[in-house]
Amino acid sequence: MPLPADVDTSTPKHLRDKYAIVGVGETTYTRGSGKTTRALGSWAVRNAIEDAGLKPSDIDGMLSYQSGDSTFSPMIAGDLGIRLNFYMDVFGGGSSTEALVGMAMGVIEAGMCKTVVIFRAMNGFSQVRIGGTGARAAAPVSGDMLHGRAYGWQSAGQMFSLTFMRHMHDYGTTPAQVAAVKAIHSEHAGNNPKAFYKERVTVEDVLKSRYICKPLHLLDCCVETDNGTALIVTRADRAKDCRHTPALIRGVVGRCNKPRMDMHYQHGPISTVAGHYGKEILWPNAGVGPEDVDITGSYDAFTFTTMLQLEDYGFCKKGEGGHYVSDGTMRLGGRRPNNTSGGHLCEGYTHGLNMVIENVRQLRHDVDDSCPVGPDGKRQHTYDYRPGGCRQVKDVEVSANLGWAMPGTGSAMVMRRG
Amino acid sequence: MAINATYLGMPLEINDLDVENLEYFKHCAAHDFHLQRCDSCGLLRYPPTTACPWCASPKSTWTRVEGKGAVHSYSEVHHAIQPAFKAHTPYLILLVDLDAQKGKPTADEALRVVGNLATPDGKLAPPEMVRSVGIGTRVRMVFSDVAPGLAIPQWTIDEKAAQPAKPWRYPD
Repeated sequence: MPLPADVDTSTPKHLRDKYAIVGVGETTYTRGSGKTTRALGSWAVRNAIEDAGLKPSDIDGMLSYQSGDSTFSPMIAGDLGIRLNFYMDVFGGGSSTEALVGMAMGVIEAGMCKTVVIFRAMNGFSQVRIGGTGARAAAPVSGDMLHGRAYGWQSAGQMFSLTFMRHMHDYGTTPAQVAAVKAIHSEHAGNNPKAFYKERVTVEDVLKSRYICKPLHLLDCCVETDNGTALIVTRADRAKDCRHTPALIRGVVGRCNKPRMDMHYQHGPISTVAGHYGKEILWPNAGVGPEDVDITGSYDAFTFTTMLQLEDYGFCKKGEGGHYVSDGTMRLGGRRPNNTSGGHLCEGYTHGLNMVIENVRQLRHDVDDSCPVGPDGKRQHTYDYRPGGCRQVKDVEVSANLGWAMPGTGSAMVMRRG
Repeated sequence: MAINATYLGMPLEINDLDVENLEYFKHCAAHDFHLQRCDSCGLLRYPPTTACPWCASPKSTWTRVEGKGAVHSYSEVHHAIQPAFKAHTPYLILLVDLDAQKGKPTADEALRVVGNLATPDGKLAPPEMVRSVGIGTRVRMVFSDVAPGLAIPQWTIDEKAAQPAKPWRYPD
């Protein structure tokens, strides 16, 4: 059986710029939604359809992902009067977001439908918490879980933290360096009226917060929220009938390249995550490299997951991630801002979709910050990134979104302004 | 045959079709660590699987492996999620590089086996012991007995091994 280095990663490039994201929508990010995931899903999908300037009857495909906590496409479609030519609901987490965009492209390319909605609806605080508290934590430990949960090794923080611990050991990365991710994302969230946490925090605040599991402090962890999020994929030549400038999809990858997706790490250094393998497909497909990317959207379930991804997707050299995430590059006004909405750490936890929504709006040059709205209905961005100010990055042309579930699975996407 | 048992107040289950896990834990119950050795390429693997991750062969033979190694990484849990562990914080989750099969099939590869830090009789380690272990600590396997046919492999400090002068610990 070939090792990853021997696997054929070549893919056809003819889908580059052929598909676009033409609509995005979300609910509010709350703790205590008072709504079912079905209601959150239909709310977000309705907003995305309206954002695209489409009618529900224009949608004929629907995809979603969940981990036992959501609703199904046919329910949402039924509620909104949509007749689906293709639908699929998959079990999945943060590495599903960009991979499902690829699947949407595939089913349209195959002629099975024309315009696809992707949604994620979750009561991530009020019902099923990814951290696994409540009934889920007390559920019987069976079969393969005996090699994990039986050791009190089950929440994402507990499972992933060994990768960061080893990174610190191997490269001298410090807790303060990764704490900067939270501090920077909180600055961005401060300019995002819909973020759950708008308060700015410092590196000191992170380091002084209580330990969850070393090396993670409370403020190294994302904010679990209730929400629905959605986006719409269609062919680029149909996008001209839509309301906004399209976000053209340059390339997508969904890659799993360890012998197992669980946490036993039989393959390679444990601080090497799926992005290391995903980049072999992502950048050639997109026809650009990390140096061409203006903004990134990392999967910041934890501060250090941002660092590991940016490093492994090639935004800096291996081992230099700690420096990259703390040297100001990722700030609004910096060389390559990351998670300009505040991401999972501050805006709300959505399993990856909110950072895609944010980058689509950034590429439209129409982020919903506090800047005034002009007579044309568009925001008059000031590019003044001080607290309560602008969040729009100037002249954004190319973005990258980096999804992650386990260290061994990841998906990513490059978009450009249409 | 299916196993239903309780460990630290946690219900544990293995169904009767899960022959790989039943076999693995049966050896653990005898305090004897066994892994699958591929009949085709000869490489060991962990945890139990239905085929070889290196050559895809479905055939393997359970083989006795010495439970000794060094801590490759760890997490020190202060906020327990699993209710059973709330009374035991802080506890260590260890990822241990086995001495067996080191360097095969590539320089990066190792059999990395999970477990908690435990006392020699298989109880979760007390706080002062937790504070003494880090990356590089030499450990040996011990077992927490749960039920007939089921014991959980754990790690304790290897008293006879030469220990690093100072294992690498998370800086407080």
